[in-house]
Amino acid sequence: MNRERRVAAIKTGLFATALAPFTALVVAGFTDELGANPVETITHTTGEWTLRLLLATLAITPLRHVTGWVWLTRLRRMTGLFAFFYLMLHFTTYAVLDASLDLAYVVEDVADRLYITAGFAAFVMLVPLAATSTNAMVRRLGPLRWRRLHRLVYAAGICGVLHYLWLVKADLREPLVYAGILAILFAARLPAVVKWMQARRSKGAGRRAAPSAS
Amino acid sequence: MLIKRPDDVQPSDITPRSIFRDRRRFMRDSAGIATAAMLGAGGLSLLGTRAARALATDKDAKGQKLEGVVESIYRTDEELTPYSDITGYNNFYEFGTDKRDPARYAGGFTPRPWTVKVLGECEKPGEYGYEDVVKPHRLEERIYRLRCVEAWSMVIPWVGVPLGDVLARFAPTSKAKYVAFRTVFRPEEMRGQSRPILDWPYVEGLRIDEAMHPLTLLAVGLYGEVMPNQNGAPIRLVVPWKYGFKSIKSIAAIEFTEEQPPTSWNLAASREYGFYSNVNPDVSHPRWSQRRERRIGELFKRETLMFNGYADQVAGLYAGMDLKANY
Repeated sequence: MNRERRVAAIKTGLFATALAPFTALVVAGFTDELGANPVETITHTTGEWTLRLLLATLAITPLRHVTGWVWLTRLRRMTGLFAFFYLMLHFTTYAVLDASLDLAYVVEDVADRLYITAGFAAFVMLVPLAATSTNAMVRRLGPLRWRRLHRLVYAAGICGVLHYLWLVKADLREPLVYAGILAILFAARLPAVVKWMQARRSKGAGRRAAPSAS
Repeated sequence: MLIKRPDDVQPSDITPRSIFRDRRRFMRDSAGIATAAMLGAGGLSLLGTRAARALATDKDAKGQKLEGVVESIYRTDEELTPYSDITGYNNFYEFGTDKRDPARYAGGFTPRPWTVKVLGECEKPGEYGYEDVVKPHRLEERIYRLRCVEAWSMVIPWVGVPLGDVLARFAPTSKAKYVAFRTVFRPEEMRGQSRPILDWPYVEGLRIDEAMHPLTLLAVGLYGEVMPNQNGAPIRLVVPWKYGFKSIKSIAAIEFTEEQPPTSWNLAASREYGFYSNVNPDVSHPRWSQRRERRIGELFKRETLMFNGYADQVAGLYAGMDLKANY
């Protein structure tokens, strides 16, 4: 019961934290602090938070392996849905303010601009994941099919990082940081690495347990 | 993709008409302003200050006023971009790659005293002080559109002198086919230069006829005031029909050359940034469309104009050239 309450509190905290960038944007919008090019600021901010939250979602399982905190998994859906929330804002800003809802313009962009192709691919892959995020959908698909479908998140992560990497003009440092984190999160899923992390944890647990035993 | 063929826009039939139209607009505007001045103050004595009164101002501007600036016929009726946006949203990678970095970090830059080295194919090479370069000329205010290669744009009231007039004083020889420009290398003042984002110092270049074109400006200020550091103090190029990066800032050397000189963005990514880099809605950047642009201050994008709307004046420079190959 106590544990349940703690998880609920953590979830509330996560909700507020993940919403904070959006709140900050809205406040900045009303106080005229979005800079000379507000649309660009909104596009970049929502894009960055999509990537950050997507990587955070992908970090949960490895983190659980390292710490042994099983409850971390219960934060995964909310983190992923917040990533999708920022992606929707990002895409809507593009479609309405950049493309003026001109379908031909969007089609040409997706077909001709590699970074938009990648970004759009990530968007298309994440839509079914968001749509099947409810417990009812997990049940309907069955855990096996659901899990298989949700592996799309890895491809979406790669596309998201490529989207950023391919759009910058000269300074690649920031997108490379995201690429690096994504690579680490992928490596942390290799069976050998998972085994090593779990072994390390149980050894650590054993050491911690030792003094109280004596 | 359809490209406006340069050969159906002859310089002979277009340029005079445009100058004619500009003159007419100038005369009409001048007449209007003069009449207003006379009516308002009730005297011919005020006619002398007409030009100064019409110069663009912005209440946010707080730099040092430039004296003796006259209005030029090169202006546009479009709404001016506010001073705070022109000076707060800059691509000047010498001070950092974020658009707010130049405003943040250019304060420590010392644009005075300043010298410009003049080299190469000319009869009067040497090291000229800022005053030697600018003083012999009358300062003009020119209101130009600025189109960045990143698909945003501004309308800026520059103050400067025609580059061609300045270059003529150095007496370029017949071998001078191009003009190369170089900025300073001062990593201690320009924090962005301590990292190899571009091959510092920044270099740019124009064909001699582009450099001598009456639209090409050597700017020393904006909004009637001394050029802010983040906009390229003390002296910078403004070539309004080319993407912004061609307009090199803080010019420290000018060299007349026979061969096409290297340019920084071309060195960094030759497939994406050509030597010409004329604003052209029909030639995409390999990674994004150049068909539209966001005017700073506007929500939706607007159509980008051929040569940034200066086709009447400059299309003749490129008659017969394949603008897709010579991007």
